[in-house]
Amino acid sequence: MNAILNFFKGRLPTTVDGGVHPPEHKLESTQRPIAQLPIPKRLVLPLRQHVGSLPKVLVAVGDRVLKGQLIAEAEGNISAAIHAPTSGVVAAIQDALIPHPSGLPDHCVVIDADGKDEWIPRVKVDWRNQDSATLLNSLRHSGVVGFGGAAFPTQVKLRTGKSHVKTLVVNAAECEPYITCDDMLMRERADEILMGVEIAQYLLGAEECLIGVEDNKPEAAEAMRQACARSPLAQKVRLEVIVVPTQYPSGDARQLIRLLTGIEVPSDKRSTDVGVQCFNVATLLAVHRYFDFGEPAVSRVVTMTGNVAQPANYDVLFGTLVNDLLKAAGGQLAGTDDYIMGGPMMGFSLPSVEVPITKAANCIIASAPNLFPPAPPAMPCIRCVRCAEVCPVHLQPQELYWFAKSSNLEKAREYKLFDCIECGCCSYACPSNIPLVQYYRYAKSEIIAQDRAKESADLARERNEFRLMRIEREKQERAQKHAQKALGAATEQPKAVTTDDAAADAKKAAIAAAIERAKAQKAAAAPQNTENVAPAVKAEIAEIDARRESAKQAVADAASNQDEK
Amino acid sequence: MLAAVYVMIGLAVALGALLGFSALKFKVEGDPLVARIDAILPQTQCGQCGYPGCKPYATAIAAGEADINQCPPGGDAGARALADLMGVEYKPLNAEHGLPKPKSVAVIDENTCIGCTLCIQACPVDAILGAAKHMHTVIASECTGCELCLAPCPVDCITMEPIAESPDNWKWRYPVFEIKPVSHAGSVQTGMRH
Repeated sequence: MNAILNFFKGRLPTTVDGGVHPPEHKLESTQRPIAQLPIPKRLVLPLRQHVGSLPKVLVAVGDRVLKGQLIAEAEGNISAAIHAPTSGVVAAIQDALIPHPSGLPDHCVVIDADGKDEWIPRVKVDWRNQDSATLLNSLRHSGVVGFGGAAFPTQVKLRTGKSHVKTLVVNAAECEPYITCDDMLMRERADEILMGVEIAQYLLGAEECLIGVEDNKPEAAEAMRQACARSPLAQKVRLEVIVVPTQYPSGDARQLIRLLTGIEVPSDKRSTDVGVQCFNVATLLAVHRYFDFGEPAVSRVVTMTGNVAQPANYDVLFGTLVNDLLKAAGGQLAGTDDYIMGGPMMGFSLPSVEVPITKAANCIIASAPNLFPPAPPAMPCIRCVRCAEVCPVHLQPQELYWFAKSSNLEKAREYKLFDCIECGCCSYACPSNIPLVQYYRYAKSEIIAQDRAKESADLARERNEFRLMRIEREKQERAQKHAQKALGAATEQPKAVTTDDAAADAKKAAIAAAIERAKAQKAAAAPQNTENVAPAVKAEIAEIDARRESAKQAVADAASNQDEK
Repeated sequence: MLAAVYVMIGLAVALGALLGFSALKFKVEGDPLVARIDAILPQTQCGQCGYPGCKPYATAIAAGEADINQCPPGGDAGARALADLMGVEYKPLNAEHGLPKPKSVAVIDENTCIGCTLCIQACPVDAILGAAKHMHTVIASECTGCELCLAPCPVDCITMEPIAESPDNWKWRYPVFEIKPVSHAGSVQTGMRH
C-alpha cells in the first residue's frame, strides 16, 4: 500500500518493506576509537576468503615474504588475490580451521611474522590519467573484496561491461545489531572513504553518488556530510548523504538501492542492469589505499563486542587469530559460551577461537546466555504469516518452511527459495520460534548439491556415449581395413602360384617400392633446406655428394674384391 | 443411402491418409520413456544392475524386463523416482545388486602402476589418462566411482577413496533439536541467533 501511495506521490520509499528492528547494541563498541592490533606472532591466511574460485599459491614453505607481497594470485574470472599482511617467513601451507559454518579445515598459508612489518616497494597508481581497463586489471592484484561481509571480488563489480551505471550507491547502512566497524570508519576516515568513492565513480562513470546511512549513526552521517562538502567530487556529480530510518535489513544492497533511488532490482537481474552499483564504505576505502598508496588489502576494521571486557573496533591484519583479537579486547567475560562471526541475525558460530580473521569478518561477538538466551523449543507453525509480513523480499516464508521441512525441494524452488537473502527476519518474528532460515539453508544447499550431481551425471552420460561411439567407429574402421586387405589378397592370388623364389623376389620388390615411395613422400613432405641457397653453396653440396658417392663406390668395390678372394 | 456410404468411405480414406502421413512425418526416434528413465539414473555406468550401463538398464526397464530397484548408486531416492515415473509400487533396493556406498573416486597408486592400459579400457567414461608403459592417472572430476577399473588391474594399484567433506561441498544440515531439560529462564530476544 505504501509503495502505491509513494508511486502516486512520486516519493521515495521511506523504509524497507517488512524488516524488523532488533535491539541495536551498537553503543558498546563505539565508545573507543579504532585501535591498532599489535602484529601477532603467527598469521593463518585461508585461501577461501572470498566468493569465487580459490587463488593460486605463489610462495613455498621457507620463503621470506614482505608486507603486501602477493602470496596467492587470483585465478579465473571471479577470484581475489591474497597478500602477506606483514613481513615474515612462510611457515607452512596446510589445512587449518577456517571461519566457515561447516567448521571444517581448509587450505591455508601460515606466516610467522618477524615483527619488522617491512613493506614491499609501494607503487602509487595515477588513476586519473589511466583508462579504466588498465586500472581494473591492476585492481585484480589488489585483493580487495566486498568488506561488508559478502566478500565478492571488487574488480568484478567495477567491470560494468555493456550496462551503463548511472548511480553509485555507497552502502553505509550497517543495519545488523552489534556491528559498528563501518560507523567508526566513517567517523574517523570519512575523507579517505570519499577518495575511494571518487575512484569508483571514475571507473563506473556514474552520474550520481548516494551514500546511505541509517539514522542511528548521526556522527558518521555528519562526518560523511562534511567530507562530501570538502570533496572535489561534489563539483562534478551529485554527491549526497541520505539518512534512512533504522530498520533491519536496510543494509542489504537491493534494499538500500530501493531506499535511495526508488528502483526495485528485479530478482533475476543484477543491479547494474538497472544502472545502479553498490559498494560498502570499507571496500571503497581499500580501493583508495590500493590506488593512492599502493597498499593491497592486508587488514580490515573488525568490531569485537558482546561479552568482552572492552568492546571496541580494531584494525586487524588478515590471518590474525580471533583469540589475539579477544585478548586485545580485554578477554571474554564469565559466561561466554560461543563466538559469532558476523552479526547476530546472519552470522554463524565459530568452531574455535583459533580461527583467523578473514576479509569477510566484520564483527566477532562473544556470546553468552544473558545476551542471547537459548531459543525456546520450536512450536508448530500456527499460520499467522508474521514471517510474510516482515520478509523484505516478499516471499511466503511459511510456504517455503513447509516445503523445506518435507524436503519438497522442487516446490521450494518454485516458490523462489533462491531469492531468500537469509536475513533472518522471519525467524526473528516467528512466535513459534521456528528456526526458519535453517530450513531454507538446508533446502538451498540440498538443491545446489542435487544440481551439481545432475550436472556431473549429464557429463558422465555424454562421455559414456562418446566412448561407445568411438568404440563403434574403431570397430567399423578395423572391419573396413580387413575387407580391403582381403580384397587385395584376392586380386594378388593368381600371381602367387609361381615358385617360392619368385614370390620372395616379388616381396622384396614390393618392399623396395614401398621404401622408395616412403622416401619420395618424405622428401615431398619435408622441403629440404638446401633448396633456397646461393649457387656457390649448391655447387659445393653437389661436389660433396659426388665425393660421397665415389667413396661409397670405392667401399663397395673393396667389398666385392674381398668376396672374390 | 449411397451418398451416406460414400461420405463415410471418403472420410475414412481422408482421415486414414492423414494418420498415415503424420505417422511418417512426426515419427519419434527412439523411446522417449527410455530417455526419461535414463535422466533419473545416476550415470555411474557401473553395471551393478546387470546391464552394461545406464542406458541399457533404462531400455530394459522401459521394456518391462528389469525391475526398478537394481541401481545401488541411485539409492533409495532413485528407486522412488523410478517408481513414480513408471507408475508402479516402490520397492526397496534389491541387495543382490549391491548396497549404496558413499560417493568415491578411483585413485591410482602411481608408484605401483605398470602402465598396462587395462583400466583405461575398462573405464566407461574415459576418466583414466595414460599410455602403454607409462604411468596412468584418474581425472578425479570425471570419475563416476563405478569401480570397473579395480578388477582388471593386474597389480591392484587402484583404490576407491570416498569423497571427503570440505567447505566446498559441505551442506547445511536439516535442523534437529537436542532434547534438553526445560529451564525456566525468561527470554526476551527470541529469534535472535535463530
